[in-house]
Amino acid sequence: MKKFLSTFGFWKIVAVVFITAGMYSAYVRFAYGLGASTHLSDQFPWGIWIGFDILCGVGLAAGGFTVAAIVHIFNLKRFEPIIRPTILTAFLGYILVIVGLMFDLGRPLQVWHAIIMWNPRSVMFEVAWCVMLYTTVLALEFSPVVLEKFKMTKTIKVLKRISIPLIITGVLLSTLHQSSLGSMYLIVPEKLYPLWYSAYLPIFFYVSAIAAGCAMVIFESFLSSRAFNRGIEMHLLNEIARVCVVMLAVYAMMKFVDLKDRDALSLLFVPRFETYMYWLEIIVGVIIPLVLLSQEKIRQNPNGLFINAVLVVLGFIINRMNITITGLEAWAGTSYFPSLIEFSITMAIITVGFIAFYYIAKFFPVFTFEEHHESKVPAHAGVVWQQDIEKVSKVIV
Amino acid sequence: MLKKKALLIDLTLCVGCNSCQIACKEANKLPAEEEKVLSPTAYTALQEYDGVYVRRMCQHCDDPTCVSVCPVGAFTKTQEGPVVYDADKCIGCRYCIQACPFQVPRYEWSSTYPRIRKCVFCHDRLKQGLPTACSEACPTGATKFGDRDDLLKEALERIAAEPGKYIPKVYGQKEVGGTSILYVSSVPFENLGFQTKLQTTPLPALTWNALSKIPGVVSVGGVLLFGIYWITNRRQEVREYEAKLRETKTSSNGHSSTLGQ
Ligand code: SF4
Ligand code: SF4
Ligand code: SF4
Repeated sequence: MKKFLSTFGFWKIVAVVFITAGMYSAYVRFAYGLGASTHLSDQFPWGIWIGFDILCGVGLAAGGFTVAAIVHIFNLKRFEPIIRPTILTAFLGYILVIVGLMFDLGRPLQVWHAIIMWNPRSVMFEVAWCVMLYTTVLALEFSPVVLEKFKMTKTIKVLKRISIPLIITGVLLSTLHQSSLGSMYLIVPEKLYPLWYSAYLPIFFYVSAIAAGCAMVIFESFLSSRAFNRGIEMHLLNEIARVCVVMLAVYAMMKFVDLKDRDALSLLFVPRFETYMYWLEIIVGVIIPLVLLSQEKIRQNPNGLFINAVLVVLGFIINRMNITITGLEAWAGTSYFPSLIEFSITMAIITVGFIAFYYIAKFFPVFTFEEHHESKVPAHAGVVWQQDIEKVSKVIV
Repeated sequence: MLKKKALLIDLTLCVGCNSCQIACKEANKLPAEEEKVLSPTAYTALQEYDGVYVRRMCQHCDDPTCVSVCPVGAFTKTQEGPVVYDADKCIGCRYCIQACPFQVPRYEWSSTYPRIRKCVFCHDRLKQGLPTACSEACPTGATKFGDRDDLLKEALERIAAEPGKYIPKVYGQKEVGGTSILYVSSVPFENLGFQTKLQTTPLPALTWNALSKIPGVVSVGGVLLFGIYWITNRRQEVREYEAKLRETKTSSNGHSSTLGQ
């Protein structure tokens, strides 16, 4: 207990530091403008807020529609225990994406213009609408949890009746904007380095988001099993990992065929920075997890599952950052590295997300199917950094 | 139908006097000091490459990328040719900066209520039938204002008349589907900092290609998802029903085997 308290105190301090730094940064951002607070420029108009907060935020929340489809459309009801935490993650994810966008937009107070000033030719317009609508769908999908707490059974009944159309809408909206985030880069054929630029960017974004979304479901199940001291649904996560593997395999194959069709395979061996970063993203996020996770033995091992999920997520993040930053540097003729302010705002947003998840899960019936599933992860399992994450989850979360 | 206006910029005639920038700054009420690159306060700027001066400015594309990418339609391609911007609509997403193939739009990074800034092809003057301020100020005729059709013809004629002097290309004739600013030069354009690898069809087609699939994805996807739901749900119902049936049979006469599968 004593030990628990001291770690609790430590992570609490870290959270407070991040949030304080974030608040100061937010002040600088809004009081002095983007130029004074970021390393963005006319050569590099999009940085970490677009690349990480938005592209990765939306992508990593893809578990929401994937699991919703598995449970309600494919009718695999055994996955029900993980649907609530997944929807909650997705919902918070989207809220944080919107918060991130408010920092990034030059005129955030005009964001509502997208509702009335239409330009259907713009991918950004489509993304804006999909994100708005899907966030609403997620709120509705999650609302029964809140209503249950307050015992508003009538409203729940109404929601139940529309739940299937709602979930289908959610899947469609997700399909559209997950892929559209890739379409956004179709407009820069000369700028984006050819290892990444492809006519199939929308499909790559979609497939990789599903893989990363699945990995996030695993990742988050582990964190919350530790934070809330509950059992872990190993057999379900095993199956989710299988979906992830299939997606990764499809992704790897499409990437390869695409490079081959574009006669770009030789680029894989050109000694330059882009090549190294490309290999990094592929090895970390695709090849290693593909090889390891396709083995039943590793999928049954909690540590194996967890580490591979982390790798998939990391590879996904590197991919999105490569497309927003690495792949554009050569053309822009300048490099970009986020300023401390950009960085601290991102960290603060993530921290707030963790805290929100923790308290919502604590006070609302998010984890409803408790102990009767599987064994707990042995307390001693894991490498040092994994224990760190455990502490984070336990506390800051 | 209004004729589309254009500028023909003959790099062999430009002497680098900077009159265009001075006139532009005056016409657009921008701070007067000389600037060497495009900025929020310089809609045009001269860049020197070994004695050759290149005027940078918005190309006023025929099918402008900036117009297509802006989520709130802050950019408009006017009939006369200018691509103009409405700051009151802009939300500041900066997709236009990211997407412009000529790297033209500039942002007021130091402002807390920033705008996109770029050459507006003196739209107000054009509406009154006047030429652009920069072309009016040009002492050598290096920047010439006129109808696009006429100027393109003239550019091709100039090249044809002096093939030894000009390289055989009008920059802007075909780039990303054609632009309202046309250049002729005696030095290959790739040596002058021009984007020479641009495709000859408009860029917006690239994203439209993807966007136009949306109705298909939604309708096919919707039907598909509902179909899957219906089948899996039905299967479940049948399974439950059969189980129930089996149960009643078993309890009534014990002949569960007669039910088969
Ligand atoms: S040059 Fe760039 S800013 Fe100018 S019209 Fe073309 S796309 Fe728009
Ligand atoms: S920055 Fe403004 S003008 Fe440019 S694309 Fe975004 S909303 Fe449109
Ligand atoms: S056309 Fe008008 S706005 Fe554009 S550079 Fe010339 S003077 Fe300036």
